[in-house]
Amino acid sequence: MSSPILRLVAQRVLLGLVLLLAVSVLIFAGTQILPGDVAQAILGQSATPEALANLREQLGLNDPAWLRYVHWLWGILHGDFGTAQSSGLDIATSIGTRLKNTLFLATCAAVVAVPLAIVLGLIAVRYRNGFVDKLISGLALASTSFPEFFIGYVLIFVFAVHWQIFPSISTVDDSTPFLERLQAVVLPATALTLVVLAHMMRMTRAAILNVMQSAYIETAELKGLKAFDIIRKHAFPNAIAPVVNVVMLNLAYLIVGVVVVEVIFVYPGMGQYLVDHVAKRDVPVVQAVGLIFAAVYITLNIVADIAAIVANPRLRHPK
Amino acid sequence: MADKQAKTRPMADGQAGSGKLLDIRNLRIEATVYPPGEAPKTITLVHDVSLTLEKGKVLGLIGESGAGKSTIGLSSMAYGRGGVRITGGEVILNGRDIMKAGPRGVRALRGREVCYVAQSAAAAFNPAHKLIDQVVEAALLHGTANRAEAEKRAVALFKKLSLPNPETIGERYPHQVSGGQLQRVMTAMALCSEPDLIVFDEPTTALDVTTQIDVLAAIKDAIRDTHVAALYITHDLAVVAQVSDEIMVLRHGRLVEWGGTQQIIKEPRQEYTNALVSVHEIEHQEQQPGTTPFLSVKNVTAAYGGGHVKVLKNVSVDIYPAQTLAVVGESGSGKSTLARAITGLLPPEQGTVTFDGRPLANRLADRPKEDLRQLQMIYQMADVAMNPRQTVGTIIGRPLEFYFGMKGRERDKRVAELLDEIEMGKGFIDRYPAELSGGQKQRVCIARSLAAKPKLIICDEVTSALDPLVAHGILKLLLNLQQHEKVAYLFITHDLATVKSIADSIAVMYRGEVVRYGAKSKVLTPPFDAYTDLLLSSVPEMEIGWLEKAIKGRRMASAGN
Repeated sequence: MSSPILRLVAQRVLLGLVLLLAVSVLIFAGTQILPGDVAQAILGQSATPEALANLREQLGLNDPAWLRYVHWLWGILHGDFGTAQSSGLDIATSIGTRLKNTLFLATCAAVVAVPLAIVLGLIAVRYRNGFVDKLISGLALASTSFPEFFIGYVLIFVFAVHWQIFPSISTVDDSTPFLERLQAVVLPATALTLVVLAHMMRMTRAAILNVMQSAYIETAELKGLKAFDIIRKHAFPNAIAPVVNVVMLNLAYLIVGVVVVEVIFVYPGMGQYLVDHVAKRDVPVVQAVGLIFAAVYITLNIVADIAAIVANPRLRHPK
Repeated sequence: MADKQAKTRPMADGQAGSGKLLDIRNLRIEATVYPPGEAPKTITLVHDVSLTLEKGKVLGLIGESGAGKSTIGLSSMAYGRGGVRITGGEVILNGRDIMKAGPRGVRALRGREVCYVAQSAAAAFNPAHKLIDQVVEAALLHGTANRAEAEKRAVALFKKLSLPNPETIGERYPHQVSGGQLQRVMTAMALCSEPDLIVFDEPTTALDVTTQIDVLAAIKDAIRDTHVAALYITHDLAVVAQVSDEIMVLRHGRLVEWGGTQQIIKEPRQEYTNALVSVHEIEHQEQQPGTTPFLSVKNVTAAYGGGHVKVLKNVSVDIYPAQTLAVVGESGSGKSTLARAITGLLPPEQGTVTFDGRPLANRLADRPKEDLRQLQMIYQMADVAMNPRQTVGTIIGRPLEFYFGMKGRERDKRVAELLDEIEMGKGFIDRYPAELSGGQKQRVCIARSLAAKPKLIICDEVTSALDPLVAHGILKLLLNLQQHEKVAYLFITHDLATVKSIADSIAVMYRGEVVRYGAKSKVLTPPFDAYTDLLLSSVPEMEIGWLEKAIKGRRMASAGN
């Protein structure tokens, strides 16, 4: 019975892997095209030609590009992202902690933002074109239109400086207990929520409004259902696919696009890590982070695809 | 318009109160329309219509599209579709004016006192939920039953409506059930909360005739056994004559005539009713097939999905100059696929199509322009077959330029001639499709195909989307044009009445095969094969008691098999 679904899901996963491989090629090629020589960068301007040649040999820089790519990829497949040139630290270890922090912040933001956006979308449809709808849309659009750093600083000013409820600096480390950690991310998570809310809310509203034209909505209305129940029970289940898609895009943004917010709140996440190392021209780190970000995007989009497939009763229950 | 007599209640009826379920008085319904480029304006859809319905009785509302049938039907649930507003009159249901009931009061009666059965059950069921959940929803909502009781009632109704596997069919999703079955499930859904009134809105119009008769019989039995009253909306008088106690004829939102079923179909008092009753009778003398057909389809087999789904199996038919071959069958029988195979849109897997003694290329792309010119098509949906941003002149002029290289004044002159031929006149040359009525649009499509001076026009359900009187005009036009232009038609339809009025020869198709083929008189004369018999006996006749007779005949036939 579930065989067509399994086949579709397997197909999506396989496609995702192929895509990820293609992205890894692009990332590798991209960093190769960048001007500058890694050995030179490590040793500095005053290095002797012999020292440079030795280091090149040691780093394998004299091998053809495809061989270096295979080595790099082989390492990544075994959990070895190499070492950061600037600090000599193992990249996988550094990323481990930071990815955990980023995921924690993203989860906190998502847990608030996704249900809130969807409920606001449902309410906006219920009172479509009325005052409530316009108020919700207006506020959501306004919060999205403000730049993240502006929202961040406003939040710091109000909650950290004026009322002193939450810390303005969200520094956490491995030993921070959960509740303290939660308290630390309240402000950055709020800023992120305000940023992603409108997009999901508007999409939910549009997707459901589209479904509201269907004949079965009229059927529900003629059964005497309340307006909100019609939206919740009869319209929303048929609008899941587009809503999930936009939710996943925003989740991906919460993970890979939080650089500015992390910097403002001095939160030790992936974004900050990436920005630091881009500034230092630390190519192995940039490659590793780029690949992880790509993997996040691709995975979440696969999840969205699969959710859309599973939400379709025609695929779930074939004739 | 209607005389005084027609507007008053036709039958002797007990004074108000006792048996009266629904009493609509001086109903006026308006809508605001937004014509492009003009200020919004208010139009009146229903003018001052009154009706009454007693408990357990069935009133048929009949008329062409735009007559206000559905709008009146839905007003009994205080519902206006789209931007439609009930602006005047009273709708009294069970003794109270539901226009004054307020939102809560209206919700309490919808799905409880009045239920609705829509034309397309396929669209009216929510694809995301199981049938049983949707069937019992209203009963649970209004608290007329608990879940177990409601499900038991639903299963009993499935049984009464002769649905297969009544115990388990509710576990299915709408897409897993056929159109005819869905329509019956929808009727069960309406009956499940034991309402006093059901509004049936063209419940069998979207079905094949062979399915329609079963659904019609099921609905009629259910109405009789549950003593529910019904407003039965349809454009098909023969159908409504089977189920209604009374019939109300509507036109342009006004009452034309209201009377007992027998009176309306046998002794219509109004001219318009008379036209509706006698609409199908076009006299068309069958022509003898000539010596040689100009187009021969020989043993054609065609399939979709790379050979997986065979839709045409070994089909052979001939078409003679200036004659009409009608292809009949239910949906999915391969009628339209035959047209696609002939035109090259779907290259046949086996078999050949010969034209003027030489084989036509299988694929459309391989055919020379001259072959394309000789075979033209007209479609069911005239609106979507024309570019909405082109004028009638451009639309008809296009084949003139494309096939004959006509330009400027020569082309305009020919367009004007064609417009005359389709009885529209050159005043329409600068109009856009959106400004035309359904019948006019189809006429423009006919002119466009004629412009190519083809030998054959394939007409795919060209009258199916039109009101009977308009369809009648189109058929007459096609017959006239055939005489003048010596063009042959391949006429695809599911409507046997249309076949009788236009065909010279007939091919009956069933599941991709031609089961009966020959001259019209031969095909329509017994002895019949089983399928043709079923098809012919399923066409509703405008006669009270036809349904019972037909069902009985079918039971006997199936008992005999």
